[in-house]
Amino acid sequence: MSEKVLMKGNEAIAEAAIAAGCRHFFGYPITPQTEVAAYMSKRMPKVNGVYLQAESEVASINMVLGAAAAGVRVMTSTSSPGVSLMAEGISYIAGSDVPALIINVQRGGPGLGGIQPSQADYYQATKSTAHGDFHMIVFAPSTVQETVDLVAKAFDLGDKYRMPVMILSDGMLGQMMEPVELPEPKEVDNDSKEWAACGHKNQRKHNVVNSLYIDPATLEGLVKKRFERYAKVQAEEQMAEEYLVDDADIVLVAYGASARVSRSAVDMARKNGIKAGLIRPITLWPFPVDAIAKAAEHVPKFLTVEMSMGQMVDDVRLAVKCARPVEFYGRTGGMIPTPIEVYNKIVEMNGGEQ
Amino acid sequence: MSGLNVLFAGFGGQGILFTGKVMAYAALMEGKELSWLPSYGPEMRGGTANCSVCISDEKIGSPLVVNPDVLVAMTLPSLEKFENAVVPGGKIIIDSSIIDKKVERTDIDVIYLDASNIAEENGLKGAANMVILGRLFKECGFCSEENLDKGLQKSIPPKKANLLDSNRKAIRLGMES
Repeated sequence: MSEKVLMKGNEAIAEAAIAAGCRHFFGYPITPQTEVAAYMSKRMPKVNGVYLQAESEVASINMVLGAAAAGVRVMTSTSSPGVSLMAEGISYIAGSDVPALIINVQRGGPGLGGIQPSQADYYQATKSTAHGDFHMIVFAPSTVQETVDLVAKAFDLGDKYRMPVMILSDGMLGQMMEPVELPEPKEVDNDSKEWAACGHKNQRKHNVVNSLYIDPATLEGLVKKRFERYAKVQAEEQMAEEYLVDDADIVLVAYGASARVSRSAVDMARKNGIKAGLIRPITLWPFPVDAIAKAAEHVPKFLTVEMSMGQMVDDVRLAVKCARPVEFYGRTGGMIPTPIEVYNKIVEMNGGEQ
Repeated sequence: MSGLNVLFAGFGGQGILFTGKVMAYAALMEGKELSWLPSYGPEMRGGTANCSVCISDEKIGSPLVVNPDVLVAMTLPSLEKFENAVVPGGKIIIDSSIIDKKVERTDIDVIYLDASNIAEENGLKGAANMVILGRLFKECGFCSEENLDKGLQKSIPPKKANLLDSNRKAIRLGMES
């Protein structure tokens, strides 16, 4: 492995994607994501890759669909309003059963919103990205190193399950620098994608990549088959990190940037004699139901912390089957909760003054 | 030292983000955990700029420094905005060439450093940030002197290697201030 360097989360995403064999990037600038595209514009020509700034997010995602259909590793990156514009294309990617990586460096919303960090796109990423029955695998890194590691995993799983994968970052993780060890560049074998529409050279029947099925029975059959794959993803790909959960009286559930804040709050609580712990979902879809359900067997109370008005909290309640109280603390609009705010909520849940 | 949270605050063009980066790289050379988080927004040169640097032996939680152990203030508005946020017993390093104001708090250690003038008198105009970094190093000793220099080397891109010596000189002036 190489020596550690300091990198912004956004730049690290781009470098990690190149190391993972991505040679096609299509995007459109938007704060706080622009460094991904800027970095790609410098690096892609040096590795014989394609960097293209499209005329819009709508164009970008359809270029991603085209490249994905041809079987190459392809990505785009944007921030919250940009994902809304890409929604239709993402649905087409899912409906065409092709892999692609979409980065969302979230900012405050709704509307044009703001440009400061946010986690208000949880529902969008995990439940309602666009029309139709489909899912993306959604990763939520909480450090720059983890972002790098998950980029490689995202490409691998996208290829394995033939589905779009999102990395749900935010303005804080994108803009901050941390030490990071970059992976060795990897060669990828695009030829192994037997379904790819990349030229049959009269050697085989031509492949069709399509998401239009007029016959409802055919479409139902395809969607059901796709959901068998989703069931496998849900069974095998859940990821979560547990911190001081075993003896905890209160377990916080938080991902990404708010998980970092929550971890500090857990440490403060422990120093003050409150047995707090943290479960940090790393995959948001599939949601780590198993880790949370297991904790709910012995943990009496849960607290979900998000940079939103409360979205993931629904999934936590479902995971504990409402058998335990699940409270919520959040800031939104680009505000980042401080550890002391979260700690105060823990104290309140623990019965008041410490 | 278990942890040090520093907030650098000033305006764009003073090298606020760069100063934080040198400190962060020095901490990396020292084998510490660290984070560097800039303020970002529509502002450009002349607008407000600040940057949070956390150094610790343990994993960094929130990288946003709300209550700094040390505040580096390079403009009056940034001093006024953050002086009350400094933890009791903490420090403020003020570029007194730029800021006239005296801090009224008595529970913190305030260092008035004539940084911009010191830099200019030594032919290092624009290197007040590095003078302050030298002083910050002297006050807090967040790494070895060797690693501070390595941090500086890592922070300056090869194309600008000619600026290494002037930055070194400015850091030295701060250490000796």
